[in-house]
Amino acid sequence: MNWHFENDRPIYVQLVETLKLFIVTKKFKPGQRLLSVRDLAFEAKVNPNTMQRALAELESMGLIYTERTNGKFVTKDTKLLNHYKKEMALEKVNTYFTAMGKLGFTKTEALKYLKGDEK
Amino acid sequence: MLVECKNVNKNYGKVKALKNINLEIPEGKIIGLLGPNGSGKTTLIKLINGLLTGEGEIFIKGKSVGPESKKIVAYLPERTYLDMNMTVNEVINYFQDFYDNFDANEAYKLLEKLGINTKDKLTTMSKGTKEKVQLILVMSRKADLYILDEPIGGVDPATRDYILETILTNFQVGASIIISTHLISDVEKILDEIIFIKNGEIYLTGSADELRREKGKSIDEIFREEFKC
Repeated sequence: MNWHFENDRPIYVQLVETLKLFIVTKKFKPGQRLLSVRDLAFEAKVNPNTMQRALAELESMGLIYTERTNGKFVTKDTKLLNHYKKEMALEKVNTYFTAMGKLGFTKTEALKYLKGDEK
Repeated sequence: MLVECKNVNKNYGKVKALKNINLEIPEGKIIGLLGPNGSGKTTLIKLINGLLTGEGEIFIKGKSVGPESKKIVAYLPERTYLDMNMTVNEVINYFQDFYDNFDANEAYKLLEKLGINTKDKLTTMSKGTKEKVQLILVMSRKADLYILDEPIGGVDPATRDYILETILTNFQVGASIIISTHLISDVEKILDEIIFIKNGEIYLTGSADELRREKGKSIDEIFREEFKC
């Protein structure tokens, strides 16, 4: 697992992003039981309180669920997984067009670059 | 509340080391006590540990500082108080005699993981290894509050990582850890809350993540700006 955090943004926000990525790319498989908060925190080398907060957020997004005595599990809802994956992909696309815009390219020009037929 | 400081003042002669400190430290948090050299960090820590007396009141789990509070506070001082001619085994026995809540098995387990020979005298060890041994001793106490004064000062980055990992893995549910340091970028990832102290006064307190969000900067950057020389 690849955990990496920048110090200039809230750690819990970055944890949510990382865990979301693990879930939609099925590094954490649908229906898989998650490690305990403590073990996950240790793996990510973050404070267990921060991990707890990130997991609560993922739970409110529906990406994980708690089974009372069993722990936390990754959702099996494929539709939801695809929804978040699409959302994340669109964010990346936006980032690309924004960056190209800063370089002075229109959307059409940026698209040409993407296809590799820029002149 | 785990720790409450009410109107705490401390003077060294005419020098005001702490000015009217009011502070509450909750349970279950890792708190960074951050401030430049000479800002009053160690003085505050020593008051909480009962190694100094000042004006005002300090309560730990509702009790005044004294023998009862010392039982539930594990303290790693900035400078060692151990006899360097002792072997690790001797120090462990010493800790066992001193503290009811010291878990010798835990200490041996952590020392073994590091490949430290417990028959070795402290004096034969490198600075980094000594720091690790002392941290292990402190973290092997089942305390309610751990106070670590500059635990990562003067050690190499790999040792720093080890120290931070040891702090995290031994962070018990319900206990709190106060880490005093001026090496902020190394520790800020694991902090819940921060206390900035400047010229003996509380300058800023808050949640580390909230401060990052508010200012769009790391705690280290915020610190550097606030304390620009």
